[in-house]
Amino acid sequence: MLQDLLGRIGMQLPKEFALILPQVQLGIFALGILLTDFLLDRKSRWWNAVLALAGVGFSAKALWNLRNLEDVSAYHSSIVVDPFAVFFGFLFLISAALVILLSVRYLEIEDEHHGEFYALLLFATIGMMFLASGSDLITLFLGLETMALSFYVLTGFLRHRKTSNEGAVKYLLLGAFSSGILAYGFSLMYGIAGSTNLAEIAKAYASRSPGDPLVLISLVTVSAGVFFKIAAVPFHMWAPDVYEGAPTSITASISVASKAASFALLLRIFCTAFWPIRPSWEMVVAGVAVASMTIGNFGAITQSNLKRLLAYSSIGHVGYMLLGLVAGTPDGFKGIAFYLLVYVFMNTGAFAIVILLRREGVIGEDIEDLNGLISRRPVAAILLLIFMLSLAGIPPTAGFIGKYFIFLSLIETGHYVLAIFAALYVAPALYYYFRVVVHAWMREPGGAARPVISLAQGVALAACTLFILVAGLLPDRFINFAGTTLQSQFLQMILR
Amino acid sequence: MIPTSHYLVVSLLLFTTGVIGVLTRRNVIIVLMSIELILNAVNINLVAFSQHLASLDGQVFAIFVITDAAAEAAVGLGIIIAFFRNRQTLLADEMDLLRW
Repeated sequence: MLQDLLGRIGMQLPKEFALILPQVQLGIFALGILLTDFLLDRKSRWWNAVLALAGVGFSAKALWNLRNLEDVSAYHSSIVVDPFAVFFGFLFLISAALVILLSVRYLEIEDEHHGEFYALLLFATIGMMFLASGSDLITLFLGLETMALSFYVLTGFLRHRKTSNEGAVKYLLLGAFSSGILAYGFSLMYGIAGSTNLAEIAKAYASRSPGDPLVLISLVTVSAGVFFKIAAVPFHMWAPDVYEGAPTSITASISVASKAASFALLLRIFCTAFWPIRPSWEMVVAGVAVASMTIGNFGAITQSNLKRLLAYSSIGHVGYMLLGLVAGTPDGFKGIAFYLLVYVFMNTGAFAIVILLRREGVIGEDIEDLNGLISRRPVAAILLLIFMLSLAGIPPTAGFIGKYFIFLSLIETGHYVLAIFAALYVAPALYYYFRVVVHAWMREPGGAARPVISLAQGVALAACTLFILVAGLLPDRFINFAGTTLQSQFLQMILR
Repeated sequence: MIPTSHYLVVSLLLFTTGVIGVLTRRNVIIVLMSIELILNAVNINLVAFSQHLASLDGQVFAIFVITDAAAEAAVGLGIIIAFFRNRQTLLADEMDLLRW
């Protein structure tokens, strides 16, 4: 009976519907959480997290069914489902699942455990998935704003904490400002091409002279907006403040999923519309990458707050990933995709350790709070070491393989100076990552209590560690998975 | 018939006003208003191009930008109210708990 009814509803829907099923399922679960939240009392709010995880699971199943599609456009070619979109979709879903697992205990300690948190997280994920599969300026803009608006609210979710309020206001003002600039660039792109479709825009840009002022203004405004979203220098100022103010599990999400989504946007635009005018931006992107590595790696050295330290280190990582775009070879793009995949696990893992330090009455974000972790909770100290080794890019962890592909692509294209810069910046990175490890392993614990690891946190930490070690020792499968993004038509067009 | 370039100049002026407002004003509400000016500059651009190119995409885009501006104002004012309740100020340079 039910099967029959569902079947009949299914017949009514257009075939294209299957292509956005992953997003639709997340949306249904997000709305469901908003409803069930009213029925749950204080003690059983964790059911919201279970529902959210179920939504992520169903969405992943729907996305799995799309994995073999090659470039299907739908809805008047406003979205395209290609391996690129599927790869990034999985990345966002993994990140969302890890963040949900890490949030339950954290929100209980903060006494802000509400269903809206999970609903907003799922809405943000919907935005990201549309961002990765948008092939039209309108879809890209809406995806970006769906994600950004959800994150503004999530950053300010700890309403009674002043730093959270302040982080949210800063994120909102600077984020909305950059979205406005980006939208201005989009309006010029539409004016130049007469279409909002990225493929059409690429054709129009190819036939314009590269010095055309309209083309250059659109390039400058769109790049400024996108660089802001990925927190690249000189548009990085918001990152440390927002990372410090936001609830720690949301910081993990902003630094990982939101960054990956913005990279998807960056690649979609720069590898289609802006590819014909590549000589005008290649040096600028290289400069931004070097500046990001410099400010990120040297800024992190002096930080005493763990979340700020990881914020600066994430600015440095953005620099590395941008170098893959400068090289613009298959290895470069594969490197960006693989780096982002690894980054999901290693950075979420690092923030998970910070979450463990949060307890009643202890904020636990200062580097001193790590002191003597090895004697208080040896497992956490060992995992911290693994995450830091991976972030610094030391073999046999997966972080090394990510950096390896970026270096490889730079050397292939003869960017030796950039490759040397990138290699040199591993030194300051080693210094500040090991400063964190030294606090955990060498310092006296003082009177601090043992951190408790809940079941959900344990699962998330185990997943992160397992991935970093497996992808570091047996990387082939994962490299192939990242390599599938190259099969996407828009990348095939420029790589041919 | 007003030529399209006139619209683009108005839009550019509006955009510049908005950017200057964001960069120089201290009051958070006025900064938010300046951001709305930028989005309105975008809308003028989109509709002018849409008219000039005889394509409807731009007008559809403009409607979505208006929707986004409304959502942004709703979320933004909510966040600002939460901030004001805790801090009793709306001035950007008094946000100094987190170093800029």
